Amino acid sequence: MGIIQNIGKYFMMMWIVFSKPEKWRIFRRRFFQEMELIGVKSIPIVALMSAFMGAVIALQTASNMDNPLLPSYTVGYITRSSTILEFSPTIISLILAGKVGSNIASEVGTMRVTEQIDALEIMGVNSLSYLVLPKVTSAMIFFPILIIFSIGLSLIGGWLSLKLSGLSSTETYIYGIRFFYRDSDIVYALSKTVVFAFLITSIASFKGYYTKGGSLDVGKSSTEAVVSSSVAILIANFFLTQMFLL
Amino acid sequence: MIEVVNINKTFGDTQILKDVSATFEKGKVNLIIGQSGSGKSVLAKCIVGLHEVDSGQILYDGRDFTRMDRLNRKEIRKEIGMLFQGSALFDSMTVEQNIMFPLTMFTKMSRKEMQERVDFCLERVNLTGKNGLYPAECSGGMQKRIAIARAISMNPKYLFCDEPNSGLDPQTSILIDNLIREITHEFDITTIVITHDMNSVIEIGESVIFINQGQNWWEGDRKSIITTDNPEINDFVFASDFMKEIKETLKKQ
Repeated sequence: MGIIQNIGKYFMMMWIVFSKPEKWRIFRRRFFQEMELIGVKSIPIVALMSAFMGAVIALQTASNMDNPLLPSYTVGYITRSSTILEFSPTIISLILAGKVGSNIASEVGTMRVTEQIDALEIMGVNSLSYLVLPKVTSAMIFFPILIIFSIGLSLIGGWLSLKLSGLSSTETYIYGIRFFYRDSDIVYALSKTVVFAFLITSIASFKGYYTKGGSLDVGKSSTEAVVSSSVAILIANFFLTQMFLL
Repeated sequence: MIEVVNINKTFGDTQILKDVSATFEKGKVNLIIGQSGSGKSVLAKCIVGLHEVDSGQILYDGRDFTRMDRLNRKEIRKEIGMLFQGSALFDSMTVEQNIMFPLTMFTKMSRKEMQERVDFCLERVNLTGKNGLYPAECSGGMQKRIAIARAISMNPKYLFCDEPNSGLDPQTSILIDNLIREITHEFDITTIVITHDMNSVIEIGESVIFINQGQNWWEGDRKSIITTDNPEINDFVFASDFMKEIKETLKKQ
């Protein structure tokens, strides 16, 4: 019963979030502020994760390929495919669910328990639209950019690891990366990311907005936001994969 | 003027407000007092629309707030200024941005006009020149005064103050009380103060409502609260032996 109630409450919240902003000028300003907080400030962690992720995928693939029938460019091909299809959009989104999700839930939750949201409401401001809409829209636009960046860095990380370990040559790796390339894979990865960005920001905002109590409850909301958005990402990933690839 | 007519409010199985009626007059500081958990904060939150009432009416100068749609409520809310218990200043904004916030949201003022209004409000609460500070850099008393400045920035017709003196030393409390009284008289607004600070009652209580067990138990002013024989209000106001002695002395006088 509690879950169904929460889902209903979540959809009602989203209905209000997507109502027309009070002033477009203020929305635009908040949109760019959120883009910086949510997106630009996530670049270092995404870069670090992506480079090492790509390096490990390439090393794992190369070290496990002892069948002489498999062409040597398979390492590049597998690194590219797994990075574009799963590792960059899904794993990076899970990382962002931890970083961005907890940040949003604690920010909005603190505003709730310190009555800042009540203050907005009493002024006549649609607090949901003012606080949540810029977060959701900026993430939906900036996360795909982060994922493209992540894919690029993963492939570079893979190349560097192979180069340093001597497991494959640059030409073979690049040939593998370009082998049987499909634009639709990128479309699939970016579409998934847009959905994940929506889930992360909206669920975290929901958890924060309906926080009750004190600072302890803000921490609880923050944890719940990360767990719920991670689960939502995994479920959505399953259905999106079914929809796009099968 | 704000009129509350027979309002009821229930949370789950617990009835918090029972048929509460009251009138809060314009140009006066109207106090709502009562013990913790008596329902005074719920009453205030019902009046400003943060809680929906189960039944009854809330009239802002004859306009029924309870039967209004979201848009009309928004118009009334633009006429309300509120000082929260914890000040509720926006942490990420400077003092100036906090006070300017309602102006940027709801007016078409130019930057210069807004700046002038901010400076006027800050001067009114004796905080001239503090524009660039962040709330975290201000003391509790300063935060309250900034919140008052924000509350009056839109020239409100109604001012709500929820426990304005909580966490403040006696001197700063008197300063805040005086500021609330001066602003009420200067701008001729309807002010409602929720408090259990007896100092405030004696200082600024031009009209006092005592809420007990979710009901409007007693009404009067700061003078009649001293002379009343109502046992519940005497238990609340003159809880200690020291206060009882003061009451007897005052009564003899």
